[in-house]
Amino acid sequence: MKKVMDFVVKENVRHGSQYALLRLSPVRSTMPPVAPGQFVQVEVPHSRTTFLRRPISINYADQRELWLLIRRAGAGTNALCDAEEGTVLNIVLPLGHGFSLDVKGHVLLVGGGVGIAPLLMLGKRLVTRGIDVKFLLGARTSTDVLQLDLFRQTGDTRVATEDGSLGHHGLVTTHPLLQQADIDHIACCGPMPMMKAVAAIARERGINCEVSLENRMACGVGACLCCVEDTVEHGNVCTCTEGPVFNINQLKWT
Amino acid sequence: MDLSVNIGKLRLQNPVMTASGTFGYGEEFADFIDLNRLGGIVVKGTTLAPRQGNPYPRMAETPSGMLNAVGLQNKGVDYFVNNIYPRIKHLDTAIVVNVSGASIEDYVGVCEHLQGLDCIAAIEVNISCPNVKQGGMSFGTTCQGAESVVSAVRKAWPGTMIVKLTPNVTDITEIARAAEGAGADAVSLTNTFLGMAIDVERRRPILSTITGGLSGPCIRPIAVRMVWQVSHAVKIPVIGLGGIMNGRDAVEFMLAGATAVQVGTANFIDPQVSVKIVDYITEYLQRHHLPNARALIGAMQVD
Repeated sequence: MKKVMDFVVKENVRHGSQYALLRLSPVRSTMPPVAPGQFVQVEVPHSRTTFLRRPISINYADQRELWLLIRRAGAGTNALCDAEEGTVLNIVLPLGHGFSLDVKGHVLLVGGGVGIAPLLMLGKRLVTRGIDVKFLLGARTSTDVLQLDLFRQTGDTRVATEDGSLGHHGLVTTHPLLQQADIDHIACCGPMPMMKAVAAIARERGINCEVSLENRMACGVGACLCCVEDTVEHGNVCTCTEGPVFNINQLKWT
Repeated sequence: MDLSVNIGKLRLQNPVMTASGTFGYGEEFADFIDLNRLGGIVVKGTTLAPRQGNPYPRMAETPSGMLNAVGLQNKGVDYFVNNIYPRIKHLDTAIVVNVSGASIEDYVGVCEHLQGLDCIAAIEVNISCPNVKQGGMSFGTTCQGAESVVSAVRKAWPGTMIVKLTPNVTDITEIARAAEGAGADAVSLTNTFLGMAIDVERRRPILSTITGGLSGPCIRPIAVRMVWQVSHAVKIPVIGLGGIMNGRDAVEFMLAGATAVQVGTANFIDPQVSVKIVDYITEYLQRHHLPNARALIGAMQVD
């Protein structure tokens, strides 16, 4: 069941100059159950230049807390990244359709930049289900590798940076892990060129693969039909309700 | 408190409807509000054949509003009749079907498919969509175009017919009068304003269609002015919409001459806003010692 709820910022953990982790607690309400890969729509407080809510993927959630890992991409996300402790944020959640949990075999979670956000919760959930999970995190430089300690606590984690400042030197898609024989399923979230490259590798190797899209969105609940993605079977579908996670076989990516 | 208003023969339990294309088929909002508390739900624009709509991207955020270029994506009237209508017909609110088309035959065809559905309270004839190449707004920008669609639909639809007008004209009162003369039971205004936004870094349009429809509170003062003008130009009821964000804004439209209002883009910001507006109107009437919602219609005082 989707809800509109107020949350209070318990802690704003800055990650360098470009990212912030908001640790939020519900005000006078209880958290609805959320699935990895789902997202929320956050109202931007005291914003003069923005109008719509901001769709943000769920980094982690339990009964008491909701974590949102946010990159500064414009006025709206700037205001959210600057939300001080005690700020009340109005949030619509949980939204969308998350990653598959009934996966088998060896699972590789591939994240790029702030796109690693939903993979933390997904990894934790898969590990508790007894699934073998490896993480491959990509970033421009070492300071853009987010939550590395938390990923390492959850499972085997490899890193690739474009400047070679941490881990493998190069794009995630050139990491040897992606060429390893025993991968049965890939879950991927990151910049579009990265997801398309990962999808191409998965397709070539016959590996089942899911990606999480971030199409430009207004309502988040399937009403405005703005965030559509063209799909093989159903044509234009709403990313906010049919996604944001799609199996690459559903997408018309070339 | 008596909140009811009349749109021709149709009685709405309160003046607050949700605007087409902003509220899906109501179901999308069922988790957030009791849909039965609404005066009416105007469903997504429905065409004779399924439409895929325009390519992505279809949306651009603007100061106090947004541009959209959806292009009437919908699964067609047959799908509506067979799959959606059975799920929403039991709602205790007026279900209004927004009828769109590329030709007069399309509009008439949709109405023929809707015949015999007991729980359709009214149709809203959309002669104002700015995002389709054929039909749409082109019927709504000339008196002759409006008259030809409305009179043809009038023959095909015996029930309540609302005609949704575009603001992208020199004189909206002329189009309203043409719709009235051709048999409309009410007019709703305004649809979106034609607009455009450019990504200056990429030097590319933000929308796939280059231009799109502007909605949100940025258009409200213009829409209020048009509602005021039209309400003086026609005898049929006027339904006001354009950037209503809260109860105050809804009352403003009624004072300008609207019999009912439609809440659109605000549903994207606050999925509960429509019922909050119903509550506000109740509270407003009590605070101003007004007997009912009808007392608000055109009640602006000019000294």
